[in-house]
Amino acid sequence: MSKTISQFDWLSILIYFLLVIIGWVNIYSASLDDTATGIFDFSQIYGKQLLWIILSVFLIVILLSLESKFYERFSSIIYIFSLISILGLFFFGKTINGATSWYAFGGFSIQPAEFAKVATALALSKFISDIQTNMKNLGDQFKAFIIIALPALIILPQPDAGSAMVYAAFFFPLYREGLSGVYLIAGAIGVLVFVLTLVFGPVWVALGSTAVVLFLYFFRKKKRPGAIAYLSILIVAVALSFSVDYIFQNIFEQRHRDRFNIVLGKEVDNRGIGYNTNQSEIAIGSGSWFGKGWTEGTQTKGNFVPEQHTDYIFSTVGEEWGFIGSSVVVFLFVFLMLRIIHLAERQKSQFNRVYGYSLAGILFIHFFVNIGMVIGIFPTVGIPLPFFSYGGSGLWGFTILLFIFIKLDAERMSFW
Amino acid sequence: MRKILLYIIIITSGILFLARLFYLQILDDSFVGRSENNAIKVVYDYPQRGFIFDRNGELLVSNQPSYDVMVIPRNVKPFDTTELCRILSITQEQLVERLDKAKIYSPRLPSVVIPQLTKSEYAYLGEKMRNYEGFYIQKRSLRDYHTQHGASLLGFISEVNQRKVNEDPYYLSGDLIGNTGIEGFYEELLRGVKGVKYIQKDRFNRDIGAYKGGIYDTLPKKGKDLTITIDAELQKYGEILMENKRGGIVAIEPATGEILALISAPTYDPSILVGRQRSRNYTELYYDSIANPLYNRSLLAEYPPGSPFKVVNALIGLQEGVVDTHDRFSCHGGYFYGRGRKMGCHPHASPLDMIPGIAQSCNAYFANVYRRIIEKYPTPQEGVDTWANHLKSFGLGDYLGSDLSTGRPGKIPTSKYYNAIYDYPTYKWFSTATLSNAIGQGEVLMTPIQLANMTAAIANRGWFYTPHVLKEIEGVGIKEKEFTEKKHTTIDPKHFEAVVEGMHQVYKAGTASALQIPDIEIAGKTGTAENFTKIDGKRVQLTDHSIFIAFAPVENPKIAIAVFVENGYWGGRYAGRIAGLMIEKYIKGEITRKDMENWILTHSLEDEYAKPFSGEPFRINQ
Repeated sequence: MSKTISQFDWLSILIYFLLVIIGWVNIYSASLDDTATGIFDFSQIYGKQLLWIILSVFLIVILLSLESKFYERFSSIIYIFSLISILGLFFFGKTINGATSWYAFGGFSIQPAEFAKVATALALSKFISDIQTNMKNLGDQFKAFIIIALPALIILPQPDAGSAMVYAAFFFPLYREGLSGVYLIAGAIGVLVFVLTLVFGPVWVALGSTAVVLFLYFFRKKKRPGAIAYLSILIVAVALSFSVDYIFQNIFEQRHRDRFNIVLGKEVDNRGIGYNTNQSEIAIGSGSWFGKGWTEGTQTKGNFVPEQHTDYIFSTVGEEWGFIGSSVVVFLFVFLMLRIIHLAERQKSQFNRVYGYSLAGILFIHFFVNIGMVIGIFPTVGIPLPFFSYGGSGLWGFTILLFIFIKLDAERMSFW
Repeated sequence: MRKILLYIIIITSGILFLARLFYLQILDDSFVGRSENNAIKVVYDYPQRGFIFDRNGELLVSNQPSYDVMVIPRNVKPFDTTELCRILSITQEQLVERLDKAKIYSPRLPSVVIPQLTKSEYAYLGEKMRNYEGFYIQKRSLRDYHTQHGASLLGFISEVNQRKVNEDPYYLSGDLIGNTGIEGFYEELLRGVKGVKYIQKDRFNRDIGAYKGGIYDTLPKKGKDLTITIDAELQKYGEILMENKRGGIVAIEPATGEILALISAPTYDPSILVGRQRSRNYTELYYDSIANPLYNRSLLAEYPPGSPFKVVNALIGLQEGVVDTHDRFSCHGGYFYGRGRKMGCHPHASPLDMIPGIAQSCNAYFANVYRRIIEKYPTPQEGVDTWANHLKSFGLGDYLGSDLSTGRPGKIPTSKYYNAIYDYPTYKWFSTATLSNAIGQGEVLMTPIQLANMTAAIANRGWFYTPHVLKEIEGVGIKEKEFTEKKHTTIDPKHFEAVVEGMHQVYKAGTASALQIPDIEIAGKTGTAENFTKIDGKRVQLTDHSIFIAFAPVENPKIAIAVFVENGYWGGRYAGRIAGLMIEKYIKGEITRKDMENWILTHSLEDEYAKPFSGEPFRINQ
């Protein structure tokens, strides 16, 4: 054991604790009210979070004590157990804020979706690292998609679109392991068509994409692919555009439409649907260089930003610690993710690498969607900021996710 | 590519976030102010308005608490509506309507249900208040008048108008401000300085404590107590004498320029412009365009001064050296000039020199004096301007500069004025064209306060202090140069004695000989001024204004007074009696001429005032 201790990536562990502590400090400020007695007051939000943080230290010790082989061997069982746990929500789940995503145990609630990510990451790593699996093979690609899509599809109707969306993160390990770049390009074009359709409408997108495709066709350097390939891309793009428009107008609910419209700047309703984003921007914007100081944020004190201790925790950082403070947090996240990719790349075992990439991908999606939402460049999607947002399940989920990898990395040399 | 894609995406996102944060936090300043507006509420703590005392230390105006019944609709629990309605003396429907209105305004913020309860209503409700959850009582400070007089002098308090809010950052919409009179002119002294509290709000706009522990908060400063120069007893007596009459009285202490009484009739009880009935009462006063009670006649009404003006003409004549006190002029029922034109006069002995000329108010005498003044100079223009400059030195023809918030310049015509109306040099004009000036008719106009000040200048034999009403601020005498520096007239003091003796003779043997007050030597001058109005576009003459100026005692005067009574006929009839009574009241403190007092109290001019509105032909000067 003493040998492995020295091999733990202490840098990642340090950043983890920094983020957790900074997160707690901001939760304290965001949830402070005049009934507070002390930081160990477990009736208060910050008190509960402190309890979760202390408990996660024990969790970390357990995670690091388990043999790294355990995670690989039991990955399938963990995955199946996890699927059952999220399926069970349909029968035994507790509804909070309109989403049936929790199991209630006495005073505490557990959100199994936070743990399903870990299970999926383990299962996917296991599947890809199987000697028989080849990501260039369509059949294997399909199987990998099923592993990823199953939990996402179960979570989606709870409804918890945010948590389901996180499963897009598994694209990163798949691509790293040889998934064709065509998916990447197709995905990018899809997103582009989607956004352009919302901004300009399907007719202009159809005209525009026709022009682009014709241009590319007549100025192509190689003979192949032929005209039919170009034509089919064009048809798909136009069809996608019209169907996006149709889905957006007819299948999306108004609140979803509004969320997109706010980010695209098409509609500003600062009292209704745009309230959160607007208040959050006001809070962050009033922080200036150095912020208003800890527990001095007027927006934070006045509780103007709803869910400020959970999904909108970053607005507290922005208001009270200013540009300097928020830059430090952004930098810590970026550094941690880059560190994880770096560690993943040095793994000998494909299981470890896929897991590392899954971890980095999941952190990235959370980081991007959450902070993007808080600073008003991404539509409102309720997912937490890893290690930062209030919530025991979230904190534990990310802690497990990260420390399994740290354990795997520490014992990377002792395989076979 | 496969190895670096995620690196690139992560780093790009990081940079994108930093750029966005830089824009929000550093480049775009608009968010800072928005967060303050959002989360910080500024609450003002209004200080007590300063009290007002009269010159003898009698409290005239103080403050009274008033109680608004407030409600926060969200906190209201079911209650006994019948009982509450009975206490507040409103109907069930009214209560329901007001509660609905409050709910529409905001369920979380307080609204006024019943404004300005009286002390007795509050006393009863205060005990019961705990039964009505969601209701509470908010204390406010209102003016409390300890006098029923001096309304137009004191001014009133009203809500500040939008123009003032825009001009002066001290005032916020809904603040109270002094209007007209002392409340208006000394607003900055009386109001004090309001305190400020910054309060942190939450998203429901509820208070959650002091912002930054209250380091930016300030305490209110109480308004200054003012002592005014008014003698409340005299003011009250004057108003009583002026009941059922219209006009103005101004009494001044000549030695100091302090205004002892400033009466405008008709007037109203100042306390009707306080409290729940304020708005209704104000509207009523405002729309009374006939009696015009809000119009301060003693400051604003420009009347022809009539005969009292003769005494200044006599002074100018002496100063210009065109007449001697012994020069005699004959009068044969008037003064004849030009081609058969005549300025009429009443029967009296003839010829007269200056002292009896004043005492008998002989028009012919003063026509001669006036012509000599004007004709001393090669052109009538120079003559009139010299004459006008002497008058200016008495504070006539321009704003007096008193510390009352309003005033009028009156009118003293100059050569420029006559050149314009006679179209000079196409047509020429001569002293006779302006002859009405000799007897205070025609173009000359004065406000009562100007006339009183002129009287004070004569009483002082050649100088005056600008009349003012402020005596002390918090017990310390005023030091304003404007009110503590003597202003000298252009008339040499030695010329005054003859004129003062003339005015003394008005009482002894002249037009006011019936108005003598035992034991008080008074110098005065009667005045009777023709005046006109327009009825259906036609110029119609009304009954003459009754005018009187006086000061007493003749030696070492204590009071100088000017009285105008609209359409009171000749000077001695109303104005003379009132002036005498006021002087006696001020000097002796009691009235011996009960006959005069009774006459004034029992005579009304309301019938006279109704004549032009009757639609029937009417007779004047009856």
